[in-house]
Amino acid sequence: MDQRAIVETHQLSKSYGNQVAVSDLTFSIQESEIFGFLGPNGSGKTTTLLMLLGLTEPTSGWARVANCDPVKEAIKVKKVVGYIPENIGFYDDMDAIENLKFIARLNNIPDSISSIKIEEALESVGLKEEAEKKVGAYSRGMRQRLGIAEIHIKEPSIAFLDEPTLGLDPEGTNRIIEYIQSLSREKNMTILLSSHDLKQVQKISDRIGIMIKGRMIAVGPIEELAKEKLGVDDKEISLDDVYMKYFQEVSA
Amino acid sequence: MTGIGAIFRKELADHFSSYRFVILFALIAMVSLITTYMVGIGLSEELSGIAKPKFVFLMLFTSTGPLFSLVQFVAFFGPLIGLILGFDSINRERSAGTLSKLASQPIYRDSIINGKFLSGVFTIAIMLMSILLVVSGLGLTLIGVVPGVEEVWRIFIYLIISIFYISFWLGISILFSILFRGIATSALATLAIWIFFSFFVSMGATVVANAMVPLDRATMEDPEMVMRHVRLQRVVSLLSPMQLYNDSTAIIIDPMRKTTGSLVLMGAVERLLSERFRRPLGLSQSIYVVLPHLITLIAVTFICFGLSYYVFMRQEIRPI
Repeated sequence: MDQRAIVETHQLSKSYGNQVAVSDLTFSIQESEIFGFLGPNGSGKTTTLLMLLGLTEPTSGWARVANCDPVKEAIKVKKVVGYIPENIGFYDDMDAIENLKFIARLNNIPDSISSIKIEEALESVGLKEEAEKKVGAYSRGMRQRLGIAEIHIKEPSIAFLDEPTLGLDPEGTNRIIEYIQSLSREKNMTILLSSHDLKQVQKISDRIGIMIKGRMIAVGPIEELAKEKLGVDDKEISLDDVYMKYFQEVSA
Repeated sequence: MTGIGAIFRKELADHFSSYRFVILFALIAMVSLITTYMVGIGLSEELSGIAKPKFVFLMLFTSTGPLFSLVQFVAFFGPLIGLILGFDSINRERSAGTLSKLASQPIYRDSIINGKFLSGVFTIAIMLMSILLVVSGLGLTLIGVVPGVEEVWRIFIYLIISIFYISFWLGISILFSILFRGIATSALATLAIWIFFSFFVSMGATVVANAMVPLDRATMEDPEMVMRHVRLQRVVSLLSPMQLYNDSTAIIIDPMRKTTGSLVLMGAVERLLSERFRRPLGLSQSIYVVLPHLITLIAVTFICFGLSYYVFMRQEIRPI
């Protein structure tokens, strides 16, 4: 498969005063792959995403997203990237359609086109029945699904999903993971998925990156990492073991 | 300016459909109608049987009646409109997590704050304009005098000044909503600023004047000292935009007033002239008299917005 890097960073660093959030991050994500972004809370994953989006300026190093510099060409980057933050924000006093319509307008999609898209998107994430309910009354799972619907409306070529399954029940988690998979397959989207749900990440990721204390400890396909760390060549290896191995090494 | 239109539309819809706008508007409309009604009844009684003086229509706005005049009411209560419309504009989005989502859309970051400020100004303009129109209509039926061209111009200029004045307070409240993360904190801070400017600056002016140029029995006799005292008091009190607004609108809406200075400060001849010849000032002359006040008022409005713009553009937007 002809693959090229769509997201690339080189010695990307960010510090707040004396506190280093991300240090010397160099990695890349290939076009149309699902990249699982792992790491404990506070390891700098969200900061990395913000730097890739151009919302935060790196202290040093550079990043390129879809051949644009997020610092200088933030608007271009934001056009091709869909971002769902960890605590996904919607306007509680508006219903799902109004929320999505607002997003469509911000993306310069004319109302005539967006109304069809919104209907399709809500249908595909199973929110059609609740479309005219105020988002304030939505459950956590429904809000996350609305977030996926937002990605459908925007149709970016890259999606950054920050903890999309956090706090969801198993059924909800499965649904979100399925939607993510279908986004990747049907729309050929590149997906950067940050999550603590290792089983799910293992199920859908092409490659993973493990970030601990602001450093990228390992990058690669799960089987390769397993072979390297645990010395086993077994398809049945669980990501949990690999992850814990890396984690213990760094802590030690 | 990508995105500013979408944000403007959404904010405007939010303003007009919010309970706080409805309550505020109802309150202001009610007070202004009652005030105008009382002033109008009083005026028509006083004026019955005598020739109508010039600019009687403007007296509708400036006569104090039993309570206060409409101009005084707007000067005192107007800031609240601006403060209530803006005190949670940014920090509510921040705490709801919508700010980082907004910022990750392909729009310039300043569209967010520009759209919010403009929609606020537009809301204020509509609110004031409709109230002035309703009040004028009521006044027409009560005193039965059609306003002249100059009077209409004066009311129009008064409207523009008032929009700037209230937008200044909107700018203050948006600035506080950027600076303070908590909605309650920014609400309290805006209220504190309002109270500070409406009561404490004038009090402070007296205190400063008393401290710097004390007036006792001996110095009371000395006109030089009295003048210095009063001048100092005025300068300090002009620090309050409320005072600026009061001075400028008083001149614009009342052609009989010829100076923003107080009577004490005038020389004997000047005082004689202004009291002796009770002829109204032309519109252009009125504007000329208050031009420094107007420019200052507009400048502080822009400075205030510019400050919030600067702080907002430099602040980091992180999802919480």
